[in-house]
Amino acid sequence: MAKIKSLAELQKKRDELQAVAAKTKNEKVIVNVSLATCGIASGGKEVMEAMKQEAAALGINNVEFTMSGCMTYCFAEPTVEITLPGKEPVVFGYIKGDKAKELVSKYIKSGELVDGVIPASYERIVF
Amino acid sequence: MVDKNQLRIATRNTGFIDPESVESYIAVGGYQALGKCLAEMKPADVIDLMKNSGLRGRGGAGFPTGVKWGFAAKYASDTKYVVCNADEGDPGAFMDRAVLEGDPHNVLEAMAIGGYAIGGNKGTIYIRAEYPLAIARLKLAIQQAKDMGLLGDNIMGTDFSFDIELKYGAGAFVCGEETALIASMEGNRGEPYTKPPFPAEAGYWDKPTIVNNVETLANIPAIIMKGADWFSGIGTETSKGTKVFCICGKINNVGLIEVPMGTSLKTVIYDVGGGIPDGKEFKAVQTGGPSGGALTYKDLDAPIDYENLVARQSMMGSGGMIVMDEDDCMVAVAKFFLDFTMDETCGKCTPCRIGSKRIYEILDKITIGQGTEADLEKLRSLSHNIKDTALCGLGQTMPNPVLSTMRVFEDEYRAHVIDKKCPAGVCADLLEFTVVEEKCVGCTLCARVCPVNCISGKPKEVHVIDQAACIKCGACLDKCKFDAIIKQ
Amino acid sequence: MSNCQEKQKCESQQGFPETLFRELDAFIETLPTKEGHLITVLHKAQSLFGYLPEEIQQYVADALNLPVVQVYGVISFYTFFTQIPKGKNPIAVCMGTACFVKGANKVVDALKQQLQVEIGEVTPDGVFSIDCLRCVGACALAPVVMVGEKVYANVTADQVKDIIADFS
Repeated sequence: MAKIKSLAELQKKRDELQAVAAKTKNEKVIVNVSLATCGIASGGKEVMEAMKQEAAALGINNVEFTMSGCMTYCFAEPTVEITLPGKEPVVFGYIKGDKAKELVSKYIKSGELVDGVIPASYERIVF
Repeated sequence: MVDKNQLRIATRNTGFIDPESVESYIAVGGYQALGKCLAEMKPADVIDLMKNSGLRGRGGAGFPTGVKWGFAAKYASDTKYVVCNADEGDPGAFMDRAVLEGDPHNVLEAMAIGGYAIGGNKGTIYIRAEYPLAIARLKLAIQQAKDMGLLGDNIMGTDFSFDIELKYGAGAFVCGEETALIASMEGNRGEPYTKPPFPAEAGYWDKPTIVNNVETLANIPAIIMKGADWFSGIGTETSKGTKVFCICGKINNVGLIEVPMGTSLKTVIYDVGGGIPDGKEFKAVQTGGPSGGALTYKDLDAPIDYENLVARQSMMGSGGMIVMDEDDCMVAVAKFFLDFTMDETCGKCTPCRIGSKRIYEILDKITIGQGTEADLEKLRSLSHNIKDTALCGLGQTMPNPVLSTMRVFEDEYRAHVIDKKCPAGVCADLLEFTVVEEKCVGCTLCARVCPVNCISGKPKEVHVIDQAACIKCGACLDKCKFDAIIKQ
Repeated sequence: MSNCQEKQKCESQQGFPETLFRELDAFIETLPTKEGHLITVLHKAQSLFGYLPEEIQQYVADALNLPVVQVYGVISFYTFFTQIPKGKNPIAVCMGTACFVKGANKVVDALKQQLQVEIGEVTPDGVFSIDCLRCVGACALAPVVMVGEKVYANVTADQVKDIIADFS
């Protein structure tokens, strides 16, 4: 990987990455699974695997899977954030058993909401 | 529309970015703050900015971060250290783990900024060995940052170099105290030593050292980018910014929250936390872990900041918040914490080593029904003695759980020593399980689950519990479908 | 053992394989200095040998040029280090505050009753040992029980039987 040699280079890199992210956001479904210690202990990895399989089984191939740390909703682990193309992200909690597949077959496939939506109750600092 | 009670600064990226990807961090403005410091600010400017922001240490004591950095910058030395305290030992708190697992680069960037400000180029993260995932993600992050020239030699083409290594803790609560932490990093028993000299003058290997907590560091890149005025505009007169809390225990929305300083306890418990489960009554919340104290219904409207908590015999601590309901006995909770400190005292100073043991013994006596009114007085004076004489923060705050619960729940203490009753129904030796004759249908279920066979009675007849043989395990109470067994 | 220079180093009293000692030597070699790395070395030693009996303490002391009393002092100070072997499936019950208020005590009692051993002890067949941990930082899942690496969340006394059965 090329080293970053100045602040200007870092800013350029940021802009490039943001452009890529914006493009992905418009074209793809982004599934972000919370995989911190609690998320993993609650079965987050299995959820991600189940969703991947279901997406493959239904022939949905515009899904990008990513992971993140703690989403702070410990009470509702495992939690998954889904961003449909051009839409606001929605966080779903309590993803147990068949719920993971349902997220794919209902929300991702046709935008139909399923139970367990967690409203965002925070303002987040960005810069 | 949900009220936005939370403001996420320290946890701004956790849950949003991929912690195993440096690109993911750069895309949200990562390492810009470090770049800005190196390109546009002198070390003294960084320290002034930190001082003006009003940021105070989030590990517990609340010492102003900029002032700490200023001290370390003042001492000339060939080597200076930036230490990140990630030895999250407070039982019931995991905010540091969440930040390290969710946004490791944020902490690395802040450490490098600290190094630039004080004129040091070595960083060490002292982390609990019990956090394997956080350790793995930190190691990966350090490697990634080095590969990109964001850590290591000549960061971003400047002549500033900064390297970070990991050191593992081994399970000792006292190592959260900065001098004990330094002793432990040097491979020794984690025993605190008397300050001065402060670590800023002679710390790790006797070199100037700043020790900052994970959450403190996690705020720093945001402060650099958005300015001191922005940060000091959030919070109360004396406590700026936000605080991350872990709310757990008897609360609906167990989890991690970040609220502006000055938010009331009521907002935290009911609006953010979603209230108490099963329709139970809120009783108290323990803040500050074993060094803190209990806040109660009387404190619900109090704005949470450093000073307000200390005035209530508690403290900010690292941010654990354990919510308790009507079923929790405050004497038993105080005993639980003293059991913890008694175990965790390093043994170096007498007030802490022996004092914790004596407090524990008195509390134990009270919970088994052998306490007297004189014991309550003894508890109080002993607690004040320890507070005044212990060597380090652990010892000085150790009596807090006792003093704060006695402040509001003296009735409960008195019920234990005078009436020999535990109003919350927790202290087994003070309980009596009895069968309500009118309700018992003689189903025999209780007799069958009783582990010591102390319940007798024929089918379809009222059963009787032999009080002398009963071990007060409560199994019969849990199993009875007719509410025919009561404990009091 | 032909390339062994010091005979006493090769013959372990407890029957630890020599390869483990060599691995520990190699690890110590990679450290930038010996000074200040006692805890680092002990972490490695415990991960290799499983526990730190007197023999290992003496070995580490010799390797780092420290008095063995200093090594013992450090081991006995930190709860992470153990001088007795754990069971094949070490059971650790979190006793952090969140777990405590959610009834971890009852889980411990159930475990003790089922396995007929006390905290810190190993079952006679060496399969299980019970320990209490301070806090694993998974407070949202309280009470938490760990068996080896596996985490059980929201454990009740009734579930103890099933957990043990998973490993029997």
